[in-house]
Amino acid sequence: MIRYLLKRILYMIPVLIAVSILSFVIIQLPPGDFLTSKIAQLEMLGEKASESEIASLRAQYGLERPLYERYFLWITGMLKGDLGKSFIYNRPVSTLIGERLALTMMISTCSIILSWAIAIPVGIFSAIRQYSFLDYVFTFVGFIGISIPTFFLALLLMFGAYQFFDLTVVGLFSPEYAIAPWSFGKFLDLMKHIWLPAFIVGVAGTAGTIRVMRGCLLDELGKQYVIAARARGVSEWKLLLKYPVRIAINPMLSTIGWILPVMVSGSVIVSVVLNLPTTGPLLLEALEMQDMYLAGSFIMILSGLTVIGTVISDLILAWSDPRIRYE
Amino acid sequence: MKFIPFTGIKKTPAEESDKFLVASQWRLMWWKFKKHRLAVLSGVLLILLYLGAIFCEFVSPFSPFQRDATLINAPPQKVRFISNEGIHLRPFVYGVSGGLQDETWTRVYEEDRSRRIPIHFFVRGSSYKLCGLIPWDRHLFGTADGGILFLLGADHLGRDLLSRIIYGSRVSLSIGLVGVFLSMVIGCVMGGISGYFGGTVDNIIQRSIETLMSLPTLPLWMGLSAAVPTTWSPIKVYFGMVVILSILGWAGLARVVRGKIISLREEDFAMAARLAGAHEGRIIRKHLLPSFFSYLIVMLTLSVPGMILAETTLSYLGLGLRPPVISWGVMLQQAQNVQTVATYPWIMAPALFVVVVVLAFNFVGDGMRDAADPYH
Repeated sequence: MIRYLLKRILYMIPVLIAVSILSFVIIQLPPGDFLTSKIAQLEMLGEKASESEIASLRAQYGLERPLYERYFLWITGMLKGDLGKSFIYNRPVSTLIGERLALTMMISTCSIILSWAIAIPVGIFSAIRQYSFLDYVFTFVGFIGISIPTFFLALLLMFGAYQFFDLTVVGLFSPEYAIAPWSFGKFLDLMKHIWLPAFIVGVAGTAGTIRVMRGCLLDELGKQYVIAARARGVSEWKLLLKYPVRIAINPMLSTIGWILPVMVSGSVIVSVVLNLPTTGPLLLEALEMQDMYLAGSFIMILSGLTVIGTVISDLILAWSDPRIRYE
Repeated sequence: MKFIPFTGIKKTPAEESDKFLVASQWRLMWWKFKKHRLAVLSGVLLILLYLGAIFCEFVSPFSPFQRDATLINAPPQKVRFISNEGIHLRPFVYGVSGGLQDETWTRVYEEDRSRRIPIHFFVRGSSYKLCGLIPWDRHLFGTADGGILFLLGADHLGRDLLSRIIYGSRVSLSIGLVGVFLSMVIGCVMGGISGYFGGTVDNIIQRSIETLMSLPTLPLWMGLSAAVPTTWSPIKVYFGMVVILSILGWAGLARVVRGKIISLREEDFAMAARLAGAHEGRIIRKHLLPSFFSYLIVMLTLSVPGMILAETTLSYLGLGLRPPVISWGVMLQQAQNVQTVATYPWIMAPALFVVVVVLAFNFVGDGMRDAADPYH
């Protein structure tokens, strides 16, 4: 197990380096450097950036140096927790994104839990009542779930809530908690709001998870030990839950690896539509304003966290399924 | 092996099994695919939609840029057959009247029951060049006098939504195909190399595939498409988007190609070709790729929807294609907040088209997967 753990963590390092290079490329892609936009912005406000100010900023970001040196400057800064400075907000990036990242990851995690809570029972039902009317209904609803663009689903639910219940489902907190410091009450308030975005994000993943659960369980139910147990008069419920369901749930853990990136992407777009205080709207704004340090750091950290999440899910899978450890 | 595909054909059992034995692989798959009703239906629907996209100038009643300033955000007109004069064989709509209210500054429209506007087919309307080549002025349907016909309502500039959706399908439907084609080329090359040569090359390519698959695509897509310069011409932006979508999209395909190549290269016929002195590129091209061509087509069909959804989402966010380009995502940019959607629900119509197309691709892909899988 230790060997597997070390190997998996070592594999993660080149991936994270690749992600950082990709993010840096995105930072560098727009024409001109970000100081050009900063100077343009200052001039629009009627101010003039002094020569010395520009020179000191240039030196600070190492804009005179070759590309690879700038990359090392950026990446070492990032390791020390200095993510560069956002020029829209004129504040260090790290102070802007902390809580937003936590909320993004929270929505993604809640979505996975919620999609499992729906997919596992539905998958079990579809497997034991294969080709029943409800099985077809679930399959069809699942297909619609994958086919509907996430932002459209968010808009539809928002529209429905507004039209029929006169509710405005925007934000993650009630007004009285929005800027309050963290407390248990605020946490409860968050839980009251988070289910809707979590549900919307979870829909796309749920359909796939139902298929996996249904398929695995069908394979298990056809096996001889199930028939042997039934012949001995084990009750149907016990027969189902004791072994086949336990085995069929295993692949769920391995699907976290591809489901987590989907969920993070989903939470970004849903946050934009529902205007949630997570990374989504800020990332969009940063990209629109070409605030590339803010955007690049966001992309780097979101991708990095997803990679780490995938590794953790691999480790959980290895812990629960000995076959993988000894491969 | 089940013989279900032939139950509908009236022939003696002996003839049936003979037919089965001599049928080509593609014919067998076609018989199996035909059984999947939903897939066939979806296939027909997709063909119609793509034909509509190719001949959009003819199918749409108006030019997508034709504006009627008096009918901004007008609601959809209902197609009717029954008026108070009786039943009409020719479908018609009622005229629309109304406009800006002085007191509330909102636009209120109502049906004008006194004006019955019949819908004609193959009418003369605005002239256009079919597929940019053949000058013509006939439209599939429209009104006789060229008056308004807003079957799906009008947008915020008083343009016909249906015409815009039909024109927009050209971009929205083609971007999926072009993007998938590019991903297929990258995926086949990378997966082919990886699976065929193995060793270090395989290891490096495998790791890059895993990297790409563990990344959240949307933030990366957003980052890359935000970098597309605003000064680019629409056609350049279009291909820029295709490249961006394919850069992250090839990984899944490459992984499938690799898995298949690994299992195929151990087959006897690959060894025979090698012994006969065929060089490696030829073995991959001539012997390995065709063996799983059917498999590849299924994979491609199932990856088109992802591309269409990605384009729609990015354009909706304002990071993909931009007006004056017409695509379903660009049209949905109007639906940014719940008030607009609640007041003019019909501006969501392009999203319904997206859902239908994606659903159809999924059904067709599913049907083809069942048909192509000999073990199923």
